[in-house]
Amino acid sequence: MFEGFDAVGLARAQFAFTMSFHIVFPAFSIGLASYLAVLEALWLWTGREVFLNLFNYWLKIFAIAFGMGVVSGIVMSYQFGTNWSGFSDKTGPVIGPLMAYEVLTAFFLEAGFLGVMLFGLERVGHRLHFLATLMVAIGTLISAFWILSANSWMQTPAGYAVNADGQFVAASWLQVIFNPSFPYRLVHMVLAAYLTTALVVGAVGALHLLRDRHLPGPRVMFSMAMWMATLVAPIQILAGDQHGLNTLEHQPAKVMAMEGHFTGHPDGAPLILFGWPDQAKGEMKYAIEIPKASSLILKHSLDAPLKGLDSVPRENWPPVAVIFWSFRIMVGIGFLMLGLGLFSLWTRWRGRLYESRLLHIFALAMGPAGFIAVLAGWFTTEVGRQPFLVYGLLRTADAASPLAAPAVGSSLIAFIIVYFIVYAAGLTYLFRLMAQPPHHGEQGPRADQPARAAGITPAAAAEGAAR
Amino acid sequence: MTGAVDLATLWAFIIAFAVFVYVVMDGFDLGLGILFPLFPAKADRDVIMNSVAPVWDGNETWLVLGGGGLMAAFPLAYAVLMPALYVPMVAMLIGLIFRGVAFEFRWRTTQSERNRWDIAFAGGSWLAALAQGIALGAILQGVHVEGRHYAGGWWDWLTPFSILTGAALVVGYALLGATWLVMKTEGALRDEAYRLSWALLLAMLGAIGAVSVATPFLHVQYTQRWFAWPNIILTAPVPIAVAAVTALLLRSLAGKRDYQPFFLSLTLFALSYAGLGISMYPYIVPQSITIWQAASPANSQLFMLAGVAVLIPLILGYTGWAYWVFRGKVRPGSGYH
Repeated sequence: MFEGFDAVGLARAQFAFTMSFHIVFPAFSIGLASYLAVLEALWLWTGREVFLNLFNYWLKIFAIAFGMGVVSGIVMSYQFGTNWSGFSDKTGPVIGPLMAYEVLTAFFLEAGFLGVMLFGLERVGHRLHFLATLMVAIGTLISAFWILSANSWMQTPAGYAVNADGQFVAASWLQVIFNPSFPYRLVHMVLAAYLTTALVVGAVGALHLLRDRHLPGPRVMFSMAMWMATLVAPIQILAGDQHGLNTLEHQPAKVMAMEGHFTGHPDGAPLILFGWPDQAKGEMKYAIEIPKASSLILKHSLDAPLKGLDSVPRENWPPVAVIFWSFRIMVGIGFLMLGLGLFSLWTRWRGRLYESRLLHIFALAMGPAGFIAVLAGWFTTEVGRQPFLVYGLLRTADAASPLAAPAVGSSLIAFIIVYFIVYAAGLTYLFRLMAQPPHHGEQGPRADQPARAAGITPAAAAEGAAR
Repeated sequence: MTGAVDLATLWAFIIAFAVFVYVVMDGFDLGLGILFPLFPAKADRDVIMNSVAPVWDGNETWLVLGGGGLMAAFPLAYAVLMPALYVPMVAMLIGLIFRGVAFEFRWRTTQSERNRWDIAFAGGSWLAALAQGIALGAILQGVHVEGRHYAGGWWDWLTPFSILTGAALVVGYALLGATWLVMKTEGALRDEAYRLSWALLLAMLGAIGAVSVATPFLHVQYTQRWFAWPNIILTAPVPIAVAAVTALLLRSLAGKRDYQPFFLSLTLFALSYAGLGISMYPYIVPQSITIWQAASPANSQLFMLAGVAVLIPLILGYTGWAYWVFRGKVRPGSGYH
């Protein structure tokens, strides 16, 4: 098996697969950890039980999501060595310390306080427990800081030198960490995590409002989530625009692929809305386009010239179709989020936030949209970096481990089987938790084992929650 | 360069420390998974899981530090060893996935599903422990290196010696798990853990003996390191200390001192680990790559050293606090509600 396959291609498939299944969980837990901190703060501040119920409700969901993020993350941290030993050897002196700092400043902080956050409310008291929640939330953000710095350095390497062994070494750590694309990527990703979580919280709230619009827990969470979508979706679109301009400056070929510009446009480039990129022929088929709009977005001038991929050597072209389409999926969902936010603002102003079934159905349908947008965005930026691992400096083909295709192929199959078992189960348990509304006297993890939860009928719970 | 404590040596000790902390901390919770099939009662299993549920995630973070730290401080060693240990590493990761998710999943299931996650917890723990032990043996026996690359096949790691070290680590982790239960539980569960500790201690001593006898046959350097004059003055205390700790451990088991067996078992691990260090130093890939050849440039190691110096004590502090919060015996039903 796998004799006819290319080991580098299989290694890439394995990274794409394991990374895609990993990234959705950090994206969710970054947002959810912050949301939990806000809920606990509101509970401590106002003393209203609904906030504690919501806290305990989402805490159980957080525990599962966080656990799945941890185990799929350990796979990532070892995969750099197993499948990408050339990358590890050459970039270890630069990338390695950033990841070591992620472990030291973020992973330990999260893991160290997670146990207290999950199980320790009655053991340590309210204040210390809130501190633990806060530490976990801050830990997720610090983690995002370091890993996005490392990723951004691979996109826009800066502050480095090359030593006699061909390794990248740091010339300036400040320039390495704060490389040109890092601030944009960090803001864009953290906002994406917050939006993703808001859409999940909003969808769960909407689901229970569709069943019973008087439940206090779902009302509060739905309102909070819709505020988040209303306020953050427009900011995210602006942040994405700025990130795109930064990419145009440092990785023009990626933007050419995103825009589908195979050829240059000396007097104003069109915005191609849809089309069929033909990489082999180097042309966009069946293009539907708005004249000069791309130049307007990217250069803020209708007639500004934009170069096309024909100005880049063929061997440096990224795969256009994947980037072109994933970018459109991300942007499309971004505007749907903006639409949801505006719609909710309008119903809120009309006093029908908890009554509008159309809004609730829209919000429910948008539940998974954040995850899809995050994946589409990462596909755009990572595939857009190809054919390099370190942009312009280290080719993907030169960074793989000296392994035979059967080894990489077998492990890929093994990971696919394991992930499908584990993720199917995890999603089942997450959906089971989300299918229940938050109850009056909602308990944290461990206290609501199925035997006991089964004793609470939905009607009794609804009655209790309304009290 | 040998002798003086330079930056690379310092980092070798830091990585070794991280791996050791991982081994002692995740060792006992992997050990609980290894022993899981021997405790079929649901109530016992709930207590066993609850005894580590608040801390297992922190324990596993040391493995990430060991891997990430190795990549950062000794990238060449990481780049050579990981492809050489491809199969054991993938097996370990898969084992860790199954046992890691079981901590949460088994509380979210119906009764029949719960049994499945109990199997996943036990099976994952066995697989991870065995794979780690095999990886250790594969490193000790050396790997085929050409230039800056691993140049062997993907089954080179599989030898009788690596199987022996794999089995030895399973036994060792099981001993840590059993003595942890002695410390953290009461009644019939604790009595059963005492009985297991006796058997596992004997097995562990057999494993230490077997690995110690086999190691010198791998390379003449190992033999010289341990038995040549004057090294023997420095190496002889290790087996003597093992004997002394064993005697104390036997006494603590006989005297039913709940807290001592766990910490004495950890001491046995520390001594075995020191023995490994004596065998390997100054190689990081035995007989091929020394720590100085594999070291990152000084500015990388210094940059991280600043963080390590401040953060490791802090991490040990709040990790200790988390253990303190959940100290004492775990009682059935009272769990961590």
